[in-house]
Amino acid sequence: MKIAVCVKRVPDSEARIKIDASGKAIDEGGVKFVLNPYEEFAVEEALKLKEAAGSGEVVVISAGSDASQETIRTALAMGADRGVLLKTDHIPLDPLPVAKALAAELAEGGYDLIFFGKLAIDDYSHGIGPMVAELLSLPCVSAIAALQIANGKGKAEREIEGGVEVVEFPLPAVLTTDKGLNEPRYPALRGIMLAKKKPLDVKDVALETGGLDVLSLSYPPERKAGRIVGEGAAAVPALVDALKNEAKVL
Amino acid sequence: MPFKGVDFYDVDSLLSEEERAVRETIRRWVDDAVMPVIAEHYLAGHFPMHLIPQLGELGALGANLPAEYGCAELNNVAYGLIMQELERADSGIRSFASVQGSLVMYPIFAFGTEEQRREWLPKLATGELIGCFGLTEPDFGSNPGGMITTAREDGDSWVLNGSKMWITNGSMAHVAIVWAKTGTLDDVKSIRGFIVPTDRPGFTAKNQVGKLSLRASDTSEFVLENVRIPKEYLLPKSGGLKSPLMCLTQARYGIAWGAVGAAMACYGEAVDYAKSRVMFDRPIGGFQIQQSRLAEMLTEITKAQLLCVQLGRLKDRGTMTPVQVSLAKRNNVNMACECARETRRLLGASGILAEYQAMRHAANLESVYTYEGTHDIHTLILGEAITEIAAYSG
Repeated sequence: MKIAVCVKRVPDSEARIKIDASGKAIDEGGVKFVLNPYEEFAVEEALKLKEAAGSGEVVVISAGSDASQETIRTALAMGADRGVLLKTDHIPLDPLPVAKALAAELAEGGYDLIFFGKLAIDDYSHGIGPMVAELLSLPCVSAIAALQIANGKGKAEREIEGGVEVVEFPLPAVLTTDKGLNEPRYPALRGIMLAKKKPLDVKDVALETGGLDVLSLSYPPERKAGRIVGEGAAAVPALVDALKNEAKVL
Repeated sequence: MPFKGVDFYDVDSLLSEEERAVRETIRRWVDDAVMPVIAEHYLAGHFPMHLIPQLGELGALGANLPAEYGCAELNNVAYGLIMQELERADSGIRSFASVQGSLVMYPIFAFGTEEQRREWLPKLATGELIGCFGLTEPDFGSNPGGMITTAREDGDSWVLNGSKMWITNGSMAHVAIVWAKTGTLDDVKSIRGFIVPTDRPGFTAKNQVGKLSLRASDTSEFVLENVRIPKEYLLPKSGGLKSPLMCLTQARYGIAWGAVGAAMACYGEAVDYAKSRVMFDRPIGGFQIQQSRLAEMLTEITKAQLLCVQLGRLKDRGTMTPVQVSLAKRNNVNMACECARETRRLLGASGILAEYQAMRHAANLESVYTYEGTHDIHTLILGEAITEIAAYSG
């Protein structure tokens, strides 16, 4: 089984984000970057499928600057076989140009499965996986929380409002992974040392201009200071009143 | 809350991508697996045994030894970063890994035959087997050359007699590296190392009770009463006091790093508390006395980090000297003791609770200050290096 996992380098969820001087992008200085957490599930699932099959190849693909090589190597350290970096200086917030570049790379690969995280934690667009599927005319199941593959067919579960949706699909297919799918492994320390020796192709790509422009970024409004309505049991009526009539949460 | 570490001088830029990745992996594992359980194990006085296979799977045991024996084959800076991250959780966790890697696997690697390496190292690397190191005796601590444990040849066997004390992992170990005199008691040169399976008749280990420090660690004494082991369990390349001291240099190197981890944990806790605890209508971090504490800690941690990185580079280059390790162990552990105490004080009454880390680290670090060459002995080692006069030899 040949499996592609598309990964993105994103700021760590604990990072304190600053907007840069242009007002349209974040200032990357001093920010720690990690493999998008949703794509850790994707890498883990691909490795488990390969291990269960006893053979196959897991290829990690990312679009981004040279720094994304480190992100690819994180996945190689977990056990993926080789990496491909579609090198571009700038990753736009617009998902379509990135999806087109990835689709062009994936089209030639002969993959049985193509994994994405359901979203990247920097832009939350949820867009690239389904777009790539559409561009490649492949079936797509998004936000999967369980997966079975057998006899050229797959069955995935998606957690939906109040229940679980079970989707059957033929291979090849595009899947985007949700939390709960598996427990991603830690890269073994030996694996970290060996990751640099695994093949990593760097291919220059020019992204098309997309249809979306970022006009400005702004910080969320600061939370207003709380108000103490009183102390002890005597304050309960005032608190209930405030929750009911001011905050309107009761 | 994931641990962020302390890096005021961009020490990260002195590390390679792999070294940083090793650190991040262990840091994350410590957040996920160790931090949620460490306080309860400390209070209960138990080592968290369930973590051993995980340490093995990560490759954190004997991580700087060759891959052909099942080890991660990391450089010494990456190895040091593992020790730092483990001791960020608790000195007992780092002690386990130090003993297994530096005091059990290292001597088998350095003084053992190829057969011994292949027999023991892979299982010690996975944590399937646990090891301990018996050098210190009830009456011989800082002066190990005075030991009275003996090994006598008898036919195809060695027969060992004596007792060892303050042995980390002593009760849970499957195998002990025992140091004993093969000649007369005044013959320090006759000290040799032996691989002693702990299930041999005559080997008894007993947990040392009543510890107020390193409570999440197994500290034991063991007695050897006519313990008979095959001839080939001698570590053939060991000889004289120098051999166990070489092991201690490895372990002390890791301790110098580990202390930085404990200090960073305390500093992080101190900063968080100082910014959130309000007294006299402002965060206590706004008072000069707490700012002074924090500034002192940050300065000392930064210096200790730089000391470690350079020491590691020297070790990787093969030029590190034992005296340089003494300087780092002495400085960094003392520094960590100070950070833990100052954090405990900054936290006020909260600082005495197990819910916070400072007092646990402070209590642990008193042991670390004393073991693997006491602070005072390292002072004398440096004194000898400076003056060429040894204060401790008669």
